[in-house]
This record gives sequence, C-alpha cells and structure tokens, in this order.
Amino acid sequence: MAAHSAVLSASKIINPFWGGRLGNTVKVFGTTLTSHRNKTLLTGENIPPPAKYGGRHTVTLIPGDGIGPELLNHVREVFRFSCVPVDFEVVHVNSALETEDDINNAITAIRRNGVALKGNIETKHTMAPSVKSRNNLLRTSLDLYANVMHCQSLPGVQTRHKNIDIMIIRENTEGEYSSLEHESVSGVVESLKIITRNNSLRIADYAFRLAREKGRRRVTAVHKANIMKLGDGLFLQCCREVASGYPDITFDSMIVDNTTMQLVSKPQQFDVMVMPNLYGNVVSNVCAGLVGGPGLVPGANYGRDYAVFETATRNTGKSIADRNIANPTAMLLAGCMMLDHLKLYDHASSIRNAVLTTMNENRLQTADIGGQGTTSEVVQSVMRIIQSKGQLTADL
Amino acid sequence: MSVTMAAALRGSLVTLVKGLGGPRWQQLASRPLSVSAGLCSAEAPPARADATFKVTMVPGDGVGPELMTAVKEVFKAGDVPVEFEEFHLSEVQNMASEDKLEQVLTSMKNNKVAMKGKIHTPMEFKGELASYEMRLRRKLDLFANVVHVNSLQGYSTRHNNLDLVIIREQTEGEYSSLEHESVTGVIECLKIITREKSRRIAKFAFDYATKKGRSKVTAVHKANIMKLGDGLFLQSCAEVAQLYPKIKYENIIIDNCCMQLVQNPYQFDVLVMPNLYGNIIDNLAAGLVGGAGVVPGESYSAEYAVFETGARHPFAQAVGRNIANPTAMLLSAANMLKHLNLEYHSHMVSDAVKRVIKQGKVRTRDLGGYSTTGDFVHAVVENLRHRPVY
Repeated sequence: MAAHSAVLSASKIINPFWGGRLGNTVKVFGTTLTSHRNKTLLTGENIPPPAKYGGRHTVTLIPGDGIGPELLNHVREVFRFSCVPVDFEVVHVNSALETEDDINNAITAIRRNGVALKGNIETKHTMAPSVKSRNNLLRTSLDLYANVMHCQSLPGVQTRHKNIDIMIIRENTEGEYSSLEHESVSGVVESLKIITRNNSLRIADYAFRLAREKGRRRVTAVHKANIMKLGDGLFLQCCREVASGYPDITFDSMIVDNTTMQLVSKPQQFDVMVMPNLYGNVVSNVCAGLVGGPGLVPGANYGRDYAVFETATRNTGKSIADRNIANPTAMLLAGCMMLDHLKLYDHASSIRNAVLTTMNENRLQTADIGGQGTTSEVVQSVMRIIQSKGQLTADL
Repeated sequence: MSVTMAAALRGSLVTLVKGLGGPRWQQLASRPLSVSAGLCSAEAPPARADATFKVTMVPGDGVGPELMTAVKEVFKAGDVPVEFEEFHLSEVQNMASEDKLEQVLTSMKNNKVAMKGKIHTPMEFKGELASYEMRLRRKLDLFANVVHVNSLQGYSTRHNNLDLVIIREQTEGEYSSLEHESVTGVIECLKIITREKSRRIAKFAFDYATKKGRSKVTAVHKANIMKLGDGLFLQSCAEVAQLYPKIKYENIIIDNCCMQLVQNPYQFDVLVMPNLYGNIIDNLAAGLVGGAGVVPGESYSAEYAVFETGARHPFAQAVGRNIANPTAMLLSAANMLKHLNLEYHSHMVSDAVKRVIKQGKVRTRDLGGYSTTGDFVHAVVENLRHRPVY
C-alpha cells in the first residue's frame, strides 16, 4: 500500500499532467462517458507496443468464475505442451467483492499486454445496483467495440440443422448495456438504451470489412426499427451508409423477432450478421445452441488497441464447475483465435486441428454434446494429436 | 532399434495413464530422452520427441568459440534437442563482410533465437563508425539488454546472495555512431534519447518485473546534468510506471547508483537505464559476483532474442589456453532453453553448472581454482546425469 502511494506521489511530482488519470474515473456513475475520456489519453501513440520480446508474447489471463479457471488451466497446459511462445500474466478478479479494484487491475494489465484470455466473471444479481457487471466494465473501459463469433456446424456433433456457417458481429459497448438506469418517479424505472452514430458506423464498417476479408457475400443487419424508430433507425441507417461503400457485398436487414424465428427454422440463409448489443446477446446464444451449445463456440472482442478472447456465450458454468465434465472446446478454440490475433498461425492451426480431430474424427466428446469423455480426456487426446503431428517449426 | 523401443514405451505409458487426471498424466507420459531423467524429474518434460530447435550461433572473437564448444558439448551430453547454425563473423580476423552479416540476419529471421560471443572491434578509426556488433544489433533492433546478476552459491564474494537485474537500452544514447568534427580540434558526439525508445525500454523493464514477480524498478539517469536528454528518459519511465501500480518505481542518479551498488547492492531490484550507463553498471555488477565469466546476459527485440555473456569481452589473451570460464555462457544457454520452452533441459543445464560451482572442486582460474575449461565442462557433463530426486 505504501509502495502504491509512493508511486502516485512520485509521479505527481515528476509529471503533473499525467498523474492520476488512470485510477480515478471509475467511481463516476455511467462509465461509458468517462471511459471515453480515459481512452483518448491512454491509447494509440501514448502506449508503447504490447509486451512482445524475443518473439514471446505476454498475455493477461483472467480465470473468472465457474468453469473458467479449470478450462484456462487446460489451455495453459496445451500451450505449454505445444511450445507456444506465450507467457501468461494471471490476474484474479474476485466477483464477491463490491470494490472495483480487482477489475481495474485487470484492465490495467490488459492495457499493458494488449491481449487477454478470460473466463466469465460472475455478476451476482443480489448485490447493490451500483455494482456493475465486471465483464461489461472491462469491455467498455477498453472500448472493445466488436464482438465476433463464428458459428459453424461441426460434422461430429449431432444437431437438428446442418451446414450452418454464420458470423455474428455484435456492438459491444453501448445500446442497452449503457449502465444508465434511474427511478425518475417512485415506481417508474427508466433504462437508457444509447445508440450513437459513431459507434454504429464503426461496427457496421467492421462487419463489412470482415465480410470482405473472409470472402462472404451478404451482411444482414438485425434491428427493431419498427418500434424504436429513432434508436434502431439510426443503427440501420448507418449500416446502409456503410453498405454503399461495399458494392460487392449484398446488404439486407431483418427485424430481431423474425430473425430468431428464421434462425431456428432455416439458419442456412444467414451469412454475416451485424446488430446492436442486446440483440447480439440473444442471437449469439441462439446460434451457439444451433451448432451444439455453449461449450463449442469461441468468441472474441476487438477494439482498436486491445483484444479479449473468451467463449462466445460467456457462460460461467457454475453448476458443472470442478467436476471435470465441462467441454474445453470453446476455450481452446478461443485460445486459437488469440494465437491468430498474435500472428502465431502455425501454433493456432495445429491446436485447432487437434481439437477438431478429437471431436469430429475420434468422437471423443464431453457429455454436453452426447459423449462420455471427461474434460481431461479430451484435453489429453488433443495433446496426443498435436504430438503425433510432429514438429511445428520443421519447415523453417 | 532404440527409437522403436522408445516409441513403444511411450505408447504404452500413454495408454497406461489415460485414466489419470491432467498434470500427472503429463509427468508420466514423458518423452524418453533418458530413462533416469524422465523418472526423476518433477517438472514435465517438453512435448515433441522428435522436435529440434534451430538456433543461430555466432561464436565471435577471443574465447567465444571455446565457450561455444563448451555449450555444444554439454548440449550433446544432455541430449538437448537444439541444432546450431554457426556463422563466423569477426572483424579482427578478417572474416566480416556484408555477405556474412546478411547470412546471419537471414538465419536469425528463420530461427529467431541466437547465441553469440563478443565480436571484437578495434579501437582505431578505419572509416566506419559502427562496429559489426552494433550493426547486427541495429539490424535486429535488439533494444533491450538484460543482465541478471545472481550470486553463485558456494562461491563467496564481498556481497553474497545478490539478486538484481540490469536492463539497458542499447540502440540509441551514446552509441548512436554520430560523431563529427565541427571545427578542427572540436569533436561532437551525439547522444540521442527519443521518447519512443525510452518508453519502450521502460515498458520492457516493467514487463520483465511483472513476469518475474519483482517488486521494484529503479531508473538510472543523469538528469541533473543532461536535463533534456536524460530528463526525457526519466519522464518516459515515470509515465510507463503508471501502468504498473503494483510495482514500486524509483529513480537514482548514475554516480550515486555506482556507489550504492558497491556499498549496499541489496537495495536494488530491477534497474533500467540508457545505453552507456548500462554498459558500465553491467560490468560493475558482474564484478560484484565474480566477474565476466559467471554472469549471463541476453538481448531482446520484439521478434528476436540473443543470448550472450553479461559483460561482453572477447578475453583475447586467454585464447587457446583452456582457461576461460564457461559458466556465463552455459547459464546463458540454459536461459535460451527456457526461452524455447525447453524448461526441463534448461533446469538440467543450469542445475549442473550451479552444482559444480557449489561443490567447489572444479574451478577455473578466474574463480581462484586451477582447473581448465575442459575440466569444468567435463564436471558439468558428469553432473547432468546426477539429477536429484525432488
């Protein structure tokens, strides 16, 4: 503690214009505004490059709650086994505490490492309303505006629908998740849903760029502009504006209620989907369910400067924690997405292939997708396959 | 024959332990590098049985080639899966050329990791301001030099149990190779300090401290005289320090730092500094624990890592006399193995070296012994096989 205050006072003397900007913003109600102020000062040229030295990366690891810690241990074990040049800086966030020190620590750690892999942090509904979701705080503070998940049917998993291949891009920082709620009159609560032109253009552009990069044909905007004519209307209009810059990609829109119905009846019609925050939350869970459940699909949150990887549906999985039955696939694949982001493509594809082979060819699966394997059996099989494929650096 | 046996053995181990839980499975299904080692080890041996890592090797001048031979002998005896690509680049032996440099760089681009001896550069000016050593460093952008000064158990010096890390910026500052004679008889040497590189080295120091679980970073400077240049360095360090609230940040002036280092070195943890100060402090601190022969060092860029001795001297007067101390280079090699994820082999090598020093029977002349380099290497090799059961 003494050390901490010494640092602060020292920095104030040496550099008064930098001092104190890091810690003090989060106490203010309504984080989005303050975090924006934070962002402009602490990103871009102001921050030296991420922690990568001698080809080795340092990545922040937030174990989270429920099945997070065990799954992330498996990821670490697989990474170590396949000689991935990544070191983890483990930062624990205690969800039982009301203070925000832990999560601020984690956010600072991501600011210096640039990349994080995380389990979901539990948000207890019983706590005071001023205690915000740590997961959401993390995303808004780091301005991780794009949540990306890729739902693809897996040949080894029995599901109702085949040949699903959908990419979902979800706005991650505003909309219904603004954390702005108040009781204007006793008995009347207003929750503010914020849609801004800037953020809508930004996410739409991200979706179209990604679609072009991945060779996709069509982008569907999901909205509810028939009811929220101004808010969702703005979102839709921004998508249209951006679409005009991408003539090679077809653009259409669909209302959210219809979207969910279409998804469960004819999911093959969708290609890339872009939507505001809450719809994204719902639609991504529907899609994950279509291809086999929460244990299979990885998710990523990208901002301009930082990237955080987790499972797509962000489940805590408290009920199956510590029983060696959780499906490690989603977290392992999230690790692969992270390796892709770090440009360690060889390592990523070797682990990804091993995970898919285990599931699709060896049919070694956990109970959630109808198998009889345990978590560690699946992980061991993955490691055996990696080993059998031999040396990764052979072609260099 | 033995290969098939080993494979069969591994296969059976794998099926045998399939039912066991995570980490224990790892330990048992070991790669059969040597049966005894596999059984004794606490930590899990690395993954692929058939993997070899390619590493670039530049032996350099003076005793460099002898030290490299020592490393190769120990690696061979310990079955370390590393293959060296050797390049003899030397200015003083007329073996330096653009071609050679280019070859080293190409090899580095593929391997990312190198071991290097000192490439000596003569003091006389022959038209080229930058030495090959500097050019290699700049081409690879090896901006951070790390020297971990750690007392060797069993070898007593004035200060024992020292454990401090010196991190040095080594691409700018006084080593800019920018010198000119503005008026006859007046030479200006330019010392360059940039915000970008200062922040980068500061962040490196804090990242290193975070990774190694250290608690304090001290910036070394002379900002009372060079208020702008070193002032910028100091300011950059203070800025970066704000990203690391858990690590204490202090600063100290270079002259005082030197005095404190010889009087009470225990007060320091991680030190970060510009180029020339780092050069001096590296050597000073190496002297505290036994000299240039025992302290390993490493240089990093974002992409590359080069492992070398902590105090870089060719020690040319010892060439061919079999008296050089290979400790520093062997410990550096162990650090390299760790960098390559070969944790198990890294411990094997460094433990063996430390055990030989601790036993005190075999010591080279610089540590007050009478043994030759060859004896020392032999003792290390002997100790590789005697891994204690944890």
